[in-house]
Amino acid sequence: MYNPFSLEGKTILVTGASSGIGRGIAVECSKMGAKIVITGRNIERLQETFDFLEGNGHVQISADLSKQEEIEMLVSSTPDLKGCVHCAGIPKICAVKFINRDTIEDIFNVNTIAPILLTSLLVKKKKLLSKSSIVFISSISGVFVANTGESPYSATKGAISGFVKGAAFELAAQGTRVNSINPGLVPTNILKLSNTVFSPEQLEETMYKRYPLKRVGTPEDVAYAAIYLLSEASNWVTGVNLVVDGGYTLA
Amino acid sequence: MKLEEFVQKFAEQFDETPAEVFTASTVFKELEEWSSLTALSVIAIVDEELDKRITGADIRSSNTIEDLFSIIQSK
Repeated sequence: MYNPFSLEGKTILVTGASSGIGRGIAVECSKMGAKIVITGRNIERLQETFDFLEGNGHVQISADLSKQEEIEMLVSSTPDLKGCVHCAGIPKICAVKFINRDTIEDIFNVNTIAPILLTSLLVKKKKLLSKSSIVFISSISGVFVANTGESPYSATKGAISGFVKGAAFELAAQGTRVNSINPGLVPTNILKLSNTVFSPEQLEETMYKRYPLKRVGTPEDVAYAAIYLLSEASNWVTGVNLVVDGGYTLA
Repeated sequence: MKLEEFVQKFAEQFDETPAEVFTASTVFKELEEWSSLTALSVIAIVDEELDKRITGADIRSSNTIEDLFSIIQSK
């Protein structure tokens, strides 16, 4: 059957695959025929994701990407790749005047520095085959909008947006494409963990109703965008911020 | 930390509202300046000054500054 979105024959590395958007992307990409290399910190939850994957030949490698030696271990153990999706990320709600060095270093380490260093090493060690696709899970926050308390998180995602452009330009020489997906709110466990500030009712009132398509996102909504960017359907697309937000940024 | 000192720290999180408006019995959610930002700031100052974690739910269940102080004391 004609399908320009097929991932058949492609091996794709997915970070942050032990939960949320990362898990959704790993599972959906496996359904499109990809061989998946999943990585994450939590071994039990990584195994859960592994069990959800369809088809054979997938690999799981537990790693803490905030440590350089574990990035190196991941890159040396991963097979040659046709794609990489950076999903590992943490949220942080903090008013501007309460930002301190620890706050900002922690979130930059996970959301910005780790995926940039991983990308760099994948390129250096020639782990990316010709015409590969690298996808960063960014956010609408920091690139298009921002809300109260989001400035540290927004800063990490704005930095990713800049990196995507620079890397897309430079790696185009070898046919590698680099893009980001900028989702609106996708409620996952990580949000529940971080979110001690707003009640579910408040979220309903102040946030969910701002989505013109009348709902917040699911990991699958983001995964379908990732499939597009990983597949040959997007062969002429590089350096973009692909907004997937139910129309939030229209308002 | 004493209640008076907490009232003062609470007041410091506001930029427009004069400090003398704040007492232990102030119903803070009725203040014009009360917002998600001041709520966030109160949560952060409690963490910073008292090393205690309060949540949005704790703030919602408090009416006065003293109510919130009691919740903090019980943690």
